[in-house]
Amino acid sequence: MWDYCGHSLDVARLRGATYADVRVMHQRQRDLTTKNGKVGTLGQSESIGLGIRVVAKGAWGFASSDKMTRDGVAACAAQAVAIAEASALAKKENVRLAPEASYVDSWQGPCRKDPFEIPVEAQLALLLAADAAMRRVKGVTLTEADMQFRKIDSWFASSSGSKIHQRRVTSGCGIAATSFQADSIQKRSYPNSFGGQHILGGYELIETMDLVRHAPQIAEDAVALHSAAACPEKTGTLILGGSQLGLQIHESVGHPIELDRVLGQEANFAGTSFLTLDQLHHLRYASPIVNVVADARIEHGPGLGTFGYDDEGVPAQCIDIIKGGEFRGYLSSRETAHLIGLQRSGGTVRTEGWNRLPMIRMTNVSLLPGSWRYEDLIADTDDGIFMETNRSWSIDDRRYQFQFSTEIAWEIKNGKKGRMLKNPSYSGITTEFWNSCDAICDAEHWVLWGTPNCGKGQPMQTMGTGHGASPARFRNVQIGKAFSNE
Amino acid sequence: MSAKKTKSRPAGKRFAASEPQLRPERELRGIIHHVLRIAKAGGVAETEVHVEEVIDALTRFANNTIHQNVAEHGVTVSIRTVLDGRTARVTTNRVEEDALRAAVENCLSLAASQPKDAYLLPMPGKQSYLKVNRFSPATAKISAEERARAVKRACDWAEKNGQVAAGIFSSGQAQSVAGNSRGLVAAYRQTQAEFSVTMQQGAAASWAKANAGDVGRIDPIGLAKTASEKVARAQDPIELVPGRYTVILEPAAVLDLLGFLFYDFSATAVDDKRSCLSGRVGKQLLGKNITITDDVYHPEQMGAVFDGEGLPRRRVTLVDQGVIKDLVYSRHSAKKARTTPTGHGFALPNDYGEAPMNLVVAGGNSSIGEMIASTERGLLVTRLWYIRDVDPYEKLMTGMTRDGLFLVEQGKVGRAVRNFRFNQSILEMLRNVELLSPAHRASGEESFEMVVPAMKVSHFQMSEVTKF
Repeated sequence: MWDYCGHSLDVARLRGATYADVRVMHQRQRDLTTKNGKVGTLGQSESIGLGIRVVAKGAWGFASSDKMTRDGVAACAAQAVAIAEASALAKKENVRLAPEASYVDSWQGPCRKDPFEIPVEAQLALLLAADAAMRRVKGVTLTEADMQFRKIDSWFASSSGSKIHQRRVTSGCGIAATSFQADSIQKRSYPNSFGGQHILGGYELIETMDLVRHAPQIAEDAVALHSAAACPEKTGTLILGGSQLGLQIHESVGHPIELDRVLGQEANFAGTSFLTLDQLHHLRYASPIVNVVADARIEHGPGLGTFGYDDEGVPAQCIDIIKGGEFRGYLSSRETAHLIGLQRSGGTVRTEGWNRLPMIRMTNVSLLPGSWRYEDLIADTDDGIFMETNRSWSIDDRRYQFQFSTEIAWEIKNGKKGRMLKNPSYSGITTEFWNSCDAICDAEHWVLWGTPNCGKGQPMQTMGTGHGASPARFRNVQIGKAFSNE
Repeated sequence: MSAKKTKSRPAGKRFAASEPQLRPERELRGIIHHVLRIAKAGGVAETEVHVEEVIDALTRFANNTIHQNVAEHGVTVSIRTVLDGRTARVTTNRVEEDALRAAVENCLSLAASQPKDAYLLPMPGKQSYLKVNRFSPATAKISAEERARAVKRACDWAEKNGQVAAGIFSSGQAQSVAGNSRGLVAAYRQTQAEFSVTMQQGAAASWAKANAGDVGRIDPIGLAKTASEKVARAQDPIELVPGRYTVILEPAAVLDLLGFLFYDFSATAVDDKRSCLSGRVGKQLLGKNITITDDVYHPEQMGAVFDGEGLPRRRVTLVDQGVIKDLVYSRHSAKKARTTPTGHGFALPNDYGEAPMNLVVAGGNSSIGEMIASTERGLLVTRLWYIRDVDPYEKLMTGMTRDGLFLVEQGKVGRAVRNFRFNQSILEMLRNVELLSPAHRASGEESFEMVVPAMKVSHFQMSEVTKF
């Protein structure tokens, strides 16, 4: 692979590139699903190819190809330079990259049990057992279970001398029970909706999740939701479970801090951000108990945003995003770092695969644990609603106004968790919401959740991101507007 | 790699940087025949092979300059084997002998890992297909330089008007060949081009987009001017109170909402009771002015004329004057429902069965101008954003307006309005359509292209307001 990397860099240089970096990636994936007691999807895929990014005539070009021959990668490099020269026809300034040392290294993420070495029979048997446990509950009309595994080897080389090999294995699993009655569809998922929990790691995740043990409860919840009271419409106290809070962080902190959005580079598709450059170090983003970091280091945990080096060859870092409630940092790249006064990129440039241009993406954007024991938080709440497991999510294109709905909720009355509520939702304005946070649970309840399906860019790229969160309480939140008919 | 060797042979100069072109179709057929031979020699009962080749390029601009400019070229081979009532799929982008042989072996191994499926159907045999021509040689040849020059004209127009342009100009070509061990062979190729532009002026933004098989049908500067004129009118938006409004939805807004109704017309989704049409097929669910077909042969539609198993796609009337008339069926769901497959199945094995992919919503005779003129008080909506399901059975959707929301009063377009969050049932919306424009191919950002009209809709639920 290094030969292909080196040859493509040579060709790019000969063609006139002043900088080039190249990624050869070998991606393997296994997808298993069951539905209503039968195997649904059963597939495996692999893809190998090369993508080269160059600066020529002061502008960017990128080309990718799966022709893994010396001639193939050379043609690809030549095409990247030709594209950069075309870009130069409509450039304003020359590309400027923050300095970065060169590295020769190999990094491998944690993986105790390689999921590709576990027999598929065993994996399907587990899914079918969980599926059967859900179907035993009367009133369940659809049961689904899934596992997904990826193994990605990447070889990164740059014209400034870096040569970095990385291997990342990710694993994910989840189950869902759906109940259709009369004029309503109710669904419960475990450990999270939309595919469950995903981490950087191996089959040990699947064993930890214990899908079969949790299957009956979520099936019973799905059926019970039909007879639950509807979530009221009111302004009140809201407690969010960890996985829902993880998605709240993703949408209302993770995306607005992407510096490419802030600079207008995503204006046509994903949108821009309310976090204009003048807000840095000035905006009171959240209440003083809120601390958020973007941490790609393994010390933070085995998240979908954990790596050794980003796809520009910059080592993983931990960046303060919100500290004591104040807005402290953006996600940056080598090209954008200087715009916020940084001497160096924050190391948050990532690519979906060999055929996609690396761009600023979330790493693990996490809310650090607070000091509350979960039991104390509930006991301290006189009147509130606890919402858990995302059902839908939406936020405007500058990341101000959001609305989330969850699969299930419970009333909190006089310090105790009470009756179940169906069709819960809440909405608000990002900074008002985060400034209303008055309690965050401690590290015992903190989980690094994986979001495997974050979309961004044109052409679209899907990326896995991590979000550590523990349950937290918010005051004076608009609840129940989604189902309001007024 | 030898640096010396590279320098002695000017490697960089040996490779012309012309735009890559698709391989001859016979090469893809050759890969299929090769895989079928490997599988047959291995005693595989049935084998299906899909080979796809994609060449895409996309020039992206923002802040009136090109900031990303990319190209990709790849081939994938997807193999499904059946042995003893068990099936699985393996996909690879390696086409050499040992890789294809390994893929077949992996596929057999995967398939053998599961219980026997008593309902697994034999693969379909040879089919016949209607011919469509969706390959434009001019589009296949468009270069990075041509895209860059068009982008520059759009950016220059923005600068001239004190505005900031962002967007994309993409072009591409793709071919797909499918074959199986029972003699089925299907082939398709197309070109595609797309121009999308967002114009920003101060805090306001507006947007225009077009997508076509032939780049000659796309007018980048015309789209830039449309967005430019609209953003100039979008300054200093006023804030209105949330509530029920009459809305005039431009085609992109209609398309992105209706896109969330696609999968409900899947017979498998109805059988799974996860569709909003469960228990509602045959009923008058929508207004009598709503007729929707799935028609891959429509002159403004794109896409292959065969489905994931190689069955020819049929034209299906999904909604006839508001009555839910029919669903789409794969071979499996058709057999279960004792009806005929419609050619909308996904590649097997899968959980979702099938879906209509080429929606054509029948239009009316009203222009958007006539809709505006007939409106006492309402909102003109350019596009919608971040649409998600809130209630799957009532098809209650939430999302935001974006890039141009205007108050309509006494038949005229007035001030720009701050964007709203909506929570609106699509089913209710399609009972409240008052006027429709003629239908044409339109593009959004949340669903794929359709042939849709603009719609004037009463009682559309705007729930909350954002800050801009």
